Amino acid sequence: MSGRRIFAQPARYAAIAPYLWMVLFFLVPFGFVLKISLSQTAIAQPPYVPVFDFTEGWAAIQAAFAQLSLDNFRLLVSDSLYISSYLRSLVVAVTSTLILLLIGYPIAYGMARLPQRWQAIAMMLVIIPFWTSFLIRIYAWINILQHDGLLNKVLLALHLVSTPVVWLSTDTAMYIGIVYSYLPFMILPLYATLAKMDPSLLEAASDLGASPGRAFWLVTFPLSLPGVGAGALLCFIPIVGEFVIPDLLAGSGSMMIGQTLWLEFFTNKDWPVAAAAAVALLVLLVPPLLLYDRLQRRQLEGAN
Amino acid sequence: MARKVGKMSPFNITALALGMAFLYLPIVILIIYSFNASRLVTVWGGWSLRWYYEFFNDRAMLDAAWMSLRVAAVSATIATLLGTLAAVGLVRGERFRGRSLFSGMLYAPLVMPEVISGLSLLLLFVALNAERGFWTVTIAHTTLTICFVTVVVQSRLASIDRSLEEAAMDLGCDAVHAFLSVTLPLIIPAIAAGWMLAFTLSLDDVVIASFTTGPGSATLPIRIYSEVRLGVKPEINAICTMVIALIAVVIVIASLASKLSSSQGESAAPL
Repeated sequence: MSGRRIFAQPARYAAIAPYLWMVLFFLVPFGFVLKISLSQTAIAQPPYVPVFDFTEGWAAIQAAFAQLSLDNFRLLVSDSLYISSYLRSLVVAVTSTLILLLIGYPIAYGMARLPQRWQAIAMMLVIIPFWTSFLIRIYAWINILQHDGLLNKVLLALHLVSTPVVWLSTDTAMYIGIVYSYLPFMILPLYATLAKMDPSLLEAASDLGASPGRAFWLVTFPLSLPGVGAGALLCFIPIVGEFVIPDLLAGSGSMMIGQTLWLEFFTNKDWPVAAAAAVALLVLLVPPLLLYDRLQRRQLEGAN
Repeated sequence: MARKVGKMSPFNITALALGMAFLYLPIVILIIYSFNASRLVTVWGGWSLRWYYEFFNDRAMLDAAWMSLRVAAVSATIATLLGTLAAVGLVRGERFRGRSLFSGMLYAPLVMPEVISGLSLLLLFVALNAERGFWTVTIAHTTLTICFVTVVVQSRLASIDRSLEEAAMDLGCDAVHAFLSVTLPLIIPAIAAGWMLAFTLSLDDVVIASFTTGPGSATLPIRIYSEVRLGVKPEINAICTMVIALIAVVIVIASLASKLSSSQGESAAPL
């Protein structure tokens, strides 16, 4: 056995290459974001003040730290553009997550009640759009929602409206796009918890005289809460930072934080402020990320 | 089983049918309109392959498509190598220093907003004075897809009986040899599925590619994106349909691979 232990060691070294890769291309870049967010505001190309020069030793590093400024963060709090885009991101993410729950739950519930063989097919059907291009699926909606697009044609033909409705560049279009894109992320965790549920619990509830609706509220729904939490967070977190969907489908009025960051970076070319906005966005996402991590851990422990 | 079918209420069936229609109708409509002969995207002018010809005569679009395919193939290959090694390290390695930091870094890109990942990588490349183009996009896509490969391979690897390898070692193999000749063939389908997932994710990305690419090396999604912002064009319908077709082929191969994988043992995770 102890001989095998020594031979088992090589597996540990397998992680070295991916470890180094992630440190270099994932961890270190955040150091740069943090550093540039603290440098002085300058609408220009790099180098930004202060520049670190490690060859000059500790004194230079101290001097550089003394020059770091919080001006970019002060700008974030004082400029109403940033505050309003943070708020908008939160409002959009909360609203979309609620709509996703309302639409996703009945679908996941229906899937969990299908016969076993059909469940696998239904799951495949939900996963396929996840593989299909995100951008193309948003583009498909532009086709449908445009002024003389299919939706208006159908509405006009059914005499539900007398003149074409403006869909594109509205919040409605944006919510349709977000719900459409994130629906699989909501359905899958919900389905996973609903499918695991022991059907005898429901039988017991009905034996004790509960109506199906009452049994759902008292038994099924409370037991599915871990799935509700996981699905909600899995959608909420990326929607906060969403860029492509609001940019293509929402109006040019108020922006989400991802759009503001993009604009600051590419149009205004103010990298320090863009970096500060990125840091602030990350801070905003830390609580939901920690919550998600805790939920996942508890799920894993429950499974074992 | 029959009892379970009986328990499907009309409500269940309606929810499922509407849900599936919602997921698939837009894509189906897009595909149909890509064969529209009319220049106006909204008027049906009969079936035609005209917009496909248009694409194959559009130099800029072809270059972008070629760039995307190369980036996707190379980044998926590197991500598969690194992701498989990471999965082996996580499942088979004993506890090592910094293990939780390692898995944290691996899984963070799954939820990290793309604007942040893109911005941070660009700042790194600027600091390194790296010329932006093919390699910077490839590195960025590799970093973001390693975790998907790791998830797929890890779940397969965890389900494999370790005593098979130990038997090989009792018969005189060393640990590396035992892994390569016993375990690797068993997890190959999962590795293939991981590669294909990484490939399609790279083929789809606009945001990170926009941050990390240089002038003159736009990928296909960047091109499509800038066209779409200006309005709907029939040629875009054709391009999107071809991308969907390519991804459909990849999905079929991947699901065959994972079926092969699960028929050899316990079921593997679908993603």
